[in-house]
Amino acid sequence: MMPLAFDLFLCGLVLAVAVAAVSGRELFGSIVFFIVYGLLMALAWVRLEAVDVALTEAAIGAGLTGLLLVGASARLRRLQAPEEETGSRKARAATAIACLSIAGLIGAAVLLLDPRAPGLAPMVDCSLAESGVGNPVTAVLLNFRAYDTLLESTVLLVALLGVWSLSDERSWGGHGGLRQYARPGGVLATFGRTLPAIGLIIGVYLVWAGSKQPGGAFQGGTVLAAVWLLMAVAGVADAPRVSNRLLRLGLVAGPALFLAIGMAGAMAGDFLRLPPEHAGNLILLIEAGLTVSVAVTLALLVVGPPQRDLPHGEPS
Amino acid sequence: MTEMPVSSAQLFGLCGAALIGIGLYGFIAHRHLLRRLVGFNVIGSGVFLLFGSTGYRRVELGADPVPQALVITGVVVAVSATALLVALIIRLAQLTGSARLPEESPGGGR
Amino acid sequence: MAFFEASEGPWPALLIGVPLLAAFTAIVTWRAARLLIWSGAAVVPVLSVVLLARVIHAGGLRLPIGGWAPPLGIAFAVDGLSAGFIVVTGLVMAGVLLFALPQFTASAPGAAESRAGYAFVPLVFLAWAALNALFLSGDLFNLYVALELLTLSAVALVAIDGRSGTIAAAIRYALFGLFGSLAYLLGAALLYAVHGTLDMALIAERATADGATVIAGALMTAGLAAKTALFPFHAWLPPAHSGAPAPASAILSGLVPKASFYIIVRIWFDVMPQAAGTIMPVLLGVLGSCAIIYGSVLAIRQEQLKLVIAYSTVAQLGYLFLIFPLAGGGGEPQPWAAGAWTGGIIHAFSHALAKAAMFLCAGLFMEALGHDRIAGLRGAAHHLPLTVFAFALAGVSLMGLPPSGGFTAKYLLLTASFAGGQIGWAIVIMVGGLLAALYLFRPLTYAFTRRGLEEREFARVPRPRQVIPLLLAGLSILLGIASAAPYDILQIGRPHAAVEGLE
Repeated sequence: MMPLAFDLFLCGLVLAVAVAAVSGRELFGSIVFFIVYGLLMALAWVRLEAVDVALTEAAIGAGLTGLLLVGASARLRRLQAPEEETGSRKARAATAIACLSIAGLIGAAVLLLDPRAPGLAPMVDCSLAESGVGNPVTAVLLNFRAYDTLLESTVLLVALLGVWSLSDERSWGGHGGLRQYARPGGVLATFGRTLPAIGLIIGVYLVWAGSKQPGGAFQGGTVLAAVWLLMAVAGVADAPRVSNRLLRLGLVAGPALFLAIGMAGAMAGDFLRLPPEHAGNLILLIEAGLTVSVAVTLALLVVGPPQRDLPHGEPS
Repeated sequence: MTEMPVSSAQLFGLCGAALIGIGLYGFIAHRHLLRRLVGFNVIGSGVFLLFGSTGYRRVELGADPVPQALVITGVVVAVSATALLVALIIRLAQLTGSARLPEESPGGGR
Repeated sequence: MAFFEASEGPWPALLIGVPLLAAFTAIVTWRAARLLIWSGAAVVPVLSVVLLARVIHAGGLRLPIGGWAPPLGIAFAVDGLSAGFIVVTGLVMAGVLLFALPQFTASAPGAAESRAGYAFVPLVFLAWAALNALFLSGDLFNLYVALELLTLSAVALVAIDGRSGTIAAAIRYALFGLFGSLAYLLGAALLYAVHGTLDMALIAERATADGATVIAGALMTAGLAAKTALFPFHAWLPPAHSGAPAPASAILSGLVPKASFYIIVRIWFDVMPQAAGTIMPVLLGVLGSCAIIYGSVLAIRQEQLKLVIAYSTVAQLGYLFLIFPLAGGGGEPQPWAAGAWTGGIIHAFSHALAKAAMFLCAGLFMEALGHDRIAGLRGAAHHLPLTVFAFALAGVSLMGLPPSGGFTAKYLLLTASFAGGQIGWAIVIMVGGLLAALYLFRPLTYAFTRRGLEEREFARVPRPRQVIPLLLAGLSILLGIASAAPYDILQIGRPHAAVEGLE
């Protein structure tokens, strides 16, 4: 009874925070509730025995998405975009009823599912030994369904291209516009100097440990992106120019390496085939490449489109 | 041990369904684009929770890793979409001074 | 399809790998863009035709990726329908890239990199890879990832010229499109939960019309219909397609909505025909009819050429949804089987080619005149004869006049509706053709009027660029003249439901 009671409590909390995030009066408050919601969801994932997902949700779902939204709301406030809501009560009530019905329909579908269906867990366990890794989620992501992960790494690239294309014509090729808030000697500046080393170790460890335990390229890459962003915001490092050749190589290195390994397999017979005796090493190689690209891409997605080359602290 | 009325998996699945409804409300009812984006992300995480909960039905076999892997992929896709939308919204605000779509701004529209 | 073919080596994978490689190279160095466009436009269509040849030879391909067969892994599943779409995609993309070459690449060796020029080439190649991946995929979640890749590159292409109107259009498109993807994903998740696999062929074997499956199908269809701009989810399309630069609009109208439509067809005809019921096909047909009428009427009222073409897309996409109520209608009296299904797909092919040609023509008009007001087209036939001819040819296909791909498609749909006794759809198809003639006659009439030849008002447009839309429009006509070939190709791997209809 205890686990179910805890789960009920957790679900109730998640729903309450979600309602707060969606219906709060103030934009910034709603974003803060959203970040809290993300962290609570990470707890829910732990309860579902999905620790890899919990790590991803905490790092990307709550952390990075929250960062994007907070940065956006700050920029909108500087641009003095109006924030008040309009809209009639009747329209909102009708919308609420419609959403309730849809949620009910989906909930009905959930209850109609066979509670004894085994899923693919047994099949994954059977083939786990051949996959080259010990973590079944990593095996699915980077071996059994590696094709999905390859395409997913290019989705990140597309988003970055889109973000970059939104700059001013004049600013093209310049630095991204991340505002720096740090006072020299202040807390942020100190964190900016001490945390990166720790973050680097944690990020690399997450990737390396992802073979046997929860972790992997996306989680580790996000930590590395966060480390770099912290350094940029604290004034310790600088956002590179968009035209930097090395930066662009870093962006495509992961997906390109992944594709190359896949095509090598295709020439030998099967696209993306990882022969069992080399699979472990190949997966580590792919993950290393992906970590670099994911870290660079995620950090640049937060930094945003190139802005004018202005002195420190003044991007619009 | 008495029969549970609903299993953990079903509970989280229903929670996911409820989150989809809550997020949908935020996505449709608000006019401010960042708030719609928050709603969109809540819908997404609700879908993911529902998906992941279906992997937890036979607990004794261990959690099904396939939905978990797919949810991780989905989270990455969602953050890519969010980042692109954020950049678009900021650009719109830089050009028009408002974070709402034109015909929905008070006094706006053509 | 439930057969496995011996390893085909790299063929399907190359169709994804080559565009991806081109995109990665273009991201790193913009200077290579010209070379990449020429090589990409030459190589990938050839690969597409080779794949088609292999499919014809083998009767369809089903290949496990990475050596892992479904349900654990993902499979490439290529039949006549997939291969046909891949070839059409290859032709349209090649044409668009070559057309866009002067606009978006370095005009001189030392030219500075520009914002739009940098982003355009990799975005198009990534969209191309996404389309090929989508048409090759046999797995529902793999389709989701490919669809998201396509949607995000399409959104970025809409926004690429940076004006506030198009940014707003891009945001609206993104909201509809990403919401549609989530609905689709939810449906796929439910199907996995019920059947324990995401492979379409395996689900087709196991599927029954149970509650969760039907709800999943409904969710997926609703989401994909929003992405295909089916009435009433069409509002995002006209501003987005008219605001994008012409080559981007060609891709956006010609290819992108076909991808989501393709998935809807797969779901209902291949995966779960028994779950269709009687309401869903009729509902889709009704909404399609509304799209045809509404889109055409609004197209008639537009003053700008690109908006006419964009509303025309809304209308033409409506025709595609008529295959759901019409499929299988009265198959026995006809000398050919699966008429409606094949007709709908041929319509998709022919519209892709013709609409891409039209948008490229609109782009040429804009370059020559500096604006796209229809009234300003007076005398265009004199100064831009090739372009106007291409526009007229494309119009012939869109109106469904013989001999064109559009005519073949409408003919197949009409005969299916008469044979099945469903006269209502036939009336809609014919009215749609008339309305198309109305909205296309206005620009054409202006273009063909003679007036004092005022050379100075038309900027010179190089002949080679005018040839590209002419070729695309010509292909759309060829689809009708040589209609036996596409018809036979589409029969390879044709699902039973295409002949028998959705129950």
